[in-house]
Amino acid sequence: MGKSIGKELYKFRYLYLLLLPTLLYYALFQYLPMYGVLLAFKDFHIREGILGSPWIGLSNFKELVGQSDFWKAFWNTVYISCGRIIFEFPVAIILALMINEVAREKLKKFYQTVYTFPHFISWVIISGIMFNFLGSAGVLNELLALLGFEKVTFLTDPSLFRPIVFISSIWKEVGWSAIIYLAAIAGINPELYEAAYVDGAGRFQQLLSVTWPSIRGTAGILLILAVGNAMNGGFDQIFNLYNPGVYSTGDIIDTYVYRSAFDSGLGFGVTTAIGLFKAVLNFALLYSANFIVKRLGGEGLV
Amino acid sequence: MESNTTATAAQSSPEVRQGPRRRRKFSIADFVIHFVLILLTICTILPFYNVVLMSFSNTAAISKQLVYLVPTTFDLSAYSYILHEPRFLKALLVTLFVTVVGTSINMLVTVTGAFVMSKTGFPGRKIVMSGIIFTMFFNGGLIPFYLTMKNLHLINNLLVMVLPVAVNTFYLIICIAFFRTLPAALEESAKIDGANELQVLVKIIVPISMPMIATITLFYAVDRWNEWWYGVLFMTNVNLLPMQALLRELLTNYAQVLSSITTSVQLQNSDLQPEMLKMAVLVVSALPIVCLYPFLQKYFAKGVMIGSVKG
Repeated sequence: MGKSIGKELYKFRYLYLLLLPTLLYYALFQYLPMYGVLLAFKDFHIREGILGSPWIGLSNFKELVGQSDFWKAFWNTVYISCGRIIFEFPVAIILALMINEVAREKLKKFYQTVYTFPHFISWVIISGIMFNFLGSAGVLNELLALLGFEKVTFLTDPSLFRPIVFISSIWKEVGWSAIIYLAAIAGINPELYEAAYVDGAGRFQQLLSVTWPSIRGTAGILLILAVGNAMNGGFDQIFNLYNPGVYSTGDIIDTYVYRSAFDSGLGFGVTTAIGLFKAVLNFALLYSANFIVKRLGGEGLV
Repeated sequence: MESNTTATAAQSSPEVRQGPRRRRKFSIADFVIHFVLILLTICTILPFYNVVLMSFSNTAAISKQLVYLVPTTFDLSAYSYILHEPRFLKALLVTLFVTVVGTSINMLVTVTGAFVMSKTGFPGRKIVMSGIIFTMFFNGGLIPFYLTMKNLHLINNLLVMVLPVAVNTFYLIICIAFFRTLPAALEESAKIDGANELQVLVKIIVPISMPMIATITLFYAVDRWNEWWYGVLFMTNVNLLPMQALLRELLTNYAQVLSSITTSVQLQNSDLQPEMLKMAVLVVSALPIVCLYPFLQKYFAKGVMIGSVKG
C-alpha cells in the first residue's frame, strides 16, 4: 500500500513540482494568517507573539460589544451593503438590457467600452476625481452657483455620504457588472426570439419572456455573492472617500478595524475579534443566501 | 467550458437575432434608451476630461475658474514639477518594480498552478482545490494578516506588494477552466514522444494559450499598477510608497506631503496650484491604464473573463 502511494507520487512528480509555488502561496499568505485568528481569544503582547500570548477566553468579544463606535460601524456596514444590493445591483441588469436593445453593433460596443473603463481605475484615483468634481470649487458646485443655487458640501455632509457612495460605485462599476449579463444574453438561442416574435410578442414581452429568464440564473449567483460580502461594505471605496466628518454614516467595520488597530489603539486582540466576527457572519450570510436562492428554484453556488 | 460557449455566441448571434427586429422603426423606447445611454456616456467621460484640463492649467486660469469644460491653457508646469521632484520619481520607480516583478510572478505561479489543477487523477487534487476555493470565502482578517507579514519580515519591503498577491484565485480559476477546454490529444502525443509535464506546459500548452495568457497578464498588470493599500499598510518608509499611495497622501494630506519634500524645487515661487499638482499626479497614475485599455477591452468583450464564474 505504502509503496503504491509512493509510486503514484513519483509518477506525478513534475505536477507536484509545478504546483509547489501555488501551494506555497496559499500556505504562507492565506492559511498562515488564519492561525492568527487565535488572537481573538488572547491578550496580545508583541513580545510573546501570537502563540505565546495568554488565553483570555471571550474577553475581547466582551470588550468589543461594549464599544458604541463598533456598533455604529456595524450598522453602517449593514445599511451600506443593503443599499448596494437595492440600488447598485439592479442598475447593472437594467443597463445590460438597455445596451442589448441598441440595434447597431458598433454603437453597442462603443457604449460598453466607455462604461467599462472606470472599472480599471483605482479608488484612489477615482476619489481624486471626485474631490475635484464635487469639491467647493468643483464643477458641480460651480454649476449650481451658476444656476443660482447655494453651494453644497458634498464630501463632508453625513447625510449625503451614503448616496455619494452608491452613485460613485454605480458610476465606476456598472459597465463592468453589465458585461456578465450581456454575455449571458448573447448566449440566448436566437430562435427563441423568432418564436416569440411569430407569436406576436412585442419588444417588452420578448424582454420579459426570453431575455430575463436567461439572465435570472446569473443574477441569482451574483446576488448570493453580494450577500456573502455584505459585512465588507467596500473598503477600498469608503477608505478613500470618507473623512472624520462623515464617520457617523460612513464608517464601516473594515475602516473601523483599521483605525482602531493602528491609530486609536483598541489593541490587536479586540480588532482580530472584530475580523473573526465579520468573517463568520459573511460565511453564514453566503450559506443562507445560497440556501434561499436554491429553495426559490435558482441554481445556487454549489 | 462556459466561457467557450459565451465567447462563440457573442460573436455569432447578434446578426441573426437582430434580423426580425432591424426593420422596426425608431420608436419612443429607442429614443429613451439612447437618451439615457448618451447621458451616461457624458457622465462617464466628463470627470476624466475635467481632470486632464485641470492638470494642464495654470494659476491664472484656475483663479478665474476657466478650466471646467473648455481648454484655455496648455501649461506643463505641473508635469515638469513631478518629473523634477525625486519623491514622485521614487514612487514611480516603486510602482514600475511592483508592476513588472509582480506581474511576472503572478503569471508564473498562476499558469503553473492552473495547469496542474486542470489535470485530474493525481492524489491530493481535490483537497488542494477545496483549500483554494475556501480562501475566496474566508480569511483571517486584517490584523492576523498584518502580523504574519511582520513575522515574514515583509514590512518596509517591496516584496510585500508582490508576494502576498502572487495569485488571484479568481484568475486562477479562469485559467483552470481554460486549460480544461484544450484538447487532450495534443498533450498525449507529446507524452508518447517522451515529454514530461514541464515540457508539455512550456512547449505546447503555453503557446496555444497565448490569448488567454495575454488577457490574464493585462488584468494582473492593472492590479499591480493600481497597488496602494499595501503601501499604506506596510510602508512606514515614505521612499517605498507606490505612486498611488503617494497620490492618496497628496489628496488627503496635501500640506504635510509638500512640507516633507525638501528639494531644490521652490514650490512657493513657481506658478503651481495644489489642484494642478494633484491632477497631474492623477493623470500620470491613470495614463498607463488608458494606454492598456484598448487591449484589455478587446479580450474581455469576448467574454473570456466572465463565463467561468461557476468554475
